[in-house]
Amino acid sequence: MIPTDHVIALSAILFTIGLVGVMTRRNLIVMLMSVELMLNAVNLAFVGFNRLWPQGPSGSGEASLDGQIFVLTVIAVAAAEVAVGLGIVISMFRNRDSVNIEDVSLLRW
Amino acid sequence: MSVPLFLFYAFAVLAVLSALGMVLNLRNTVAAALSLVVTMVSLAGIYVLLEAHLVAAIQIMVYGGAIVVLFLFVVMLLNLRTDTFLPARQRALKVAGSLLGVVLLIETLRLLGGFPESPPLPEGFGGYRQLGIALYTDYLLIVEVISLLLTAAIVGALVLAKRNID
Repeated sequence: MIPTDHVIALSAILFTIGLVGVMTRRNLIVMLMSVELMLNAVNLAFVGFNRLWPQGPSGSGEASLDGQIFVLTVIAVAAAEVAVGLGIVISMFRNRDSVNIEDVSLLRW
Repeated sequence: MSVPLFLFYAFAVLAVLSALGMVLNLRNTVAAALSLVVTMVSLAGIYVLLEAHLVAAIQIMVYGGAIVVLFLFVVMLLNLRTDTFLPARQRALKVAGSLLGVVLLIETLRLLGGFPESPPLPEGFGGYRQLGIALYTDYLLIVEVISLLLTAAIVGALVLAKRNID
């Protein structure tokens, strides 16, 4: 039996690595990858809690798969996000010849 | 230590190391994308250990198969130079970002330790049959909304990546 504590700890560690990646890296593609990592960390927490409380926190009623349905939704949204994000990266590279976000500061105050 | 527990820790260490390899790899974006594949596949292994079999399969197909390949295509298409961390004039933001991450991590780890033992699960939990029945009965609306979202994303990506829109 896998302890849920350790699943949630792993989820927190992965989320933190992703957050630090988004905050410190300046390559737009790596930033998108870090966002994917954060989404995966959240998915892991969903699956872990679905394993711990398959009948909800009250512990009554039938076993449900709500957490895993959430995970499937997140995966679909992540796929859509990557498609649009990489489209933006390509058009940015075409206009600026760079994927460094320091080079796209037109809207910054 | 039982075999599932040992596998869990092995996958967890692999996932954390490859995630670090992705974020800290400044020289080679292709290697960063490949590190991301290792993270995704390790997480799929952990999903299997947590009785989420269909989610594990979809994780490998969508993340390991589609999303990372898309990243690799774009990285190779753009022929990227090496990357750097933030320049010196924004060191404050860099420190703040790292600090925020570490504080968040500590706060989350402080919440741990209060979970009960996981209960035994009914037969077929997390398999394609149960998940499919749930998806197409109780959560049909979500499936429909996601199909709309994916259509919008395809159209949006085409419009963004097209050179001349006319």
